[in-house]
Amino acid sequence: MGGSDSAGRLVRPFTLTGGRTRPSRADFTLITTVTAADPQPETAARPQPEHLRILRLCAEPVAVAELAARLDLPVSVVVIMLCDLLEAGRITAHPPHPVTRTTPDLDLLQKVREGLGRL
Amino acid sequence: MAGSDTTAQASADRSAPDTVKILIAGGFGVGKTTMVGSVSEIAPLRTEEPLTMAGLDVDDLDGVEEKRATTVAMDFGRITVSDDLVLYLFGTPGQQRFWFMWNDLALGALGAVVLVDVRRPKSSFAAIDFFERRNIPFVIAVNGFHGEHPYPVEDIRESLTLPESVPVLLCDARERESSRDVLIALIDRLIAQAAPAG
Repeated sequence: MGGSDSAGRLVRPFTLTGGRTRPSRADFTLITTVTAADPQPETAARPQPEHLRILRLCAEPVAVAELAARLDLPVSVVVIMLCDLLEAGRITAHPPHPVTRTTPDLDLLQKVREGLGRL
Repeated sequence: MAGSDTTAQASADRSAPDTVKILIAGGFGVGKTTMVGSVSEIAPLRTEEPLTMAGLDVDDLDGVEEKRATTVAMDFGRITVSDDLVLYLFGTPGQQRFWFMWNDLALGALGAVVLVDVRRPKSSFAAIDFFERRNIPFVIAVNGFHGEHPYPVEDIRESLTLPESVPVLLCDARERESSRDVLIALIDRLIAQAAPAG
């Protein structure tokens, strides 16, 4: 290990995920919304400090990309930690609105159109 | 918003909104982050993904320095469309070598805005090609340098060999209203495609 600061910054995230580089679930996209469970489940295992940071940031619903930006961590690393939290029942995940080319959702598009019109 | 009085209130507050996304694409330095920032309700946020984590093979292992520098930055912003719907705008990584990330980004996107720099229109060819091949609806937004537009829309359409069906707009990515109108043009195109013909 070279030990320079910026190299450390890239190595460190893996230590947060116990060396794993692949999420155990595919249900976290950039715009999946996560919310801390309230109340938190009563389990013996104490969340790690990084997990606690995530739980604080998602006390209100927040998108995965936003969470990663606020934690200053790569999305891939945050997703792995979110998998742990989801498995532990500490967060809920809300998937993005499904978008299909074959059957476009006209109501959704109108809603976006109106929202943009108000800007 | 901490400290709600009743649990009913709390659970209503906490219900997660639906989310959708639009990509802001185009060549390197064309003004993608500027456009995201001009319409976003928050200052653009940035995520950085080390390439080794993004699944790219690293064949040059002597280069720790090389690896250190190799991250893909992605800027994004947010527009709350309604109580229960949030639109995210993602600026796609500009450099060609980061395009493998676009596939993930494009998945589930409503559509895309391809920004074109009038001085360097060719730098956005690859982005146009990407969305055409994948059948992802897009509009072209020509970002004027200092807001100036020396060329008419039809000249630009011709130089980019775009079909009539693709809207071409002149814009100033620094201006909120101008960027908003580009997004509205994209949504209008999507609505036109979704509505039964007639």
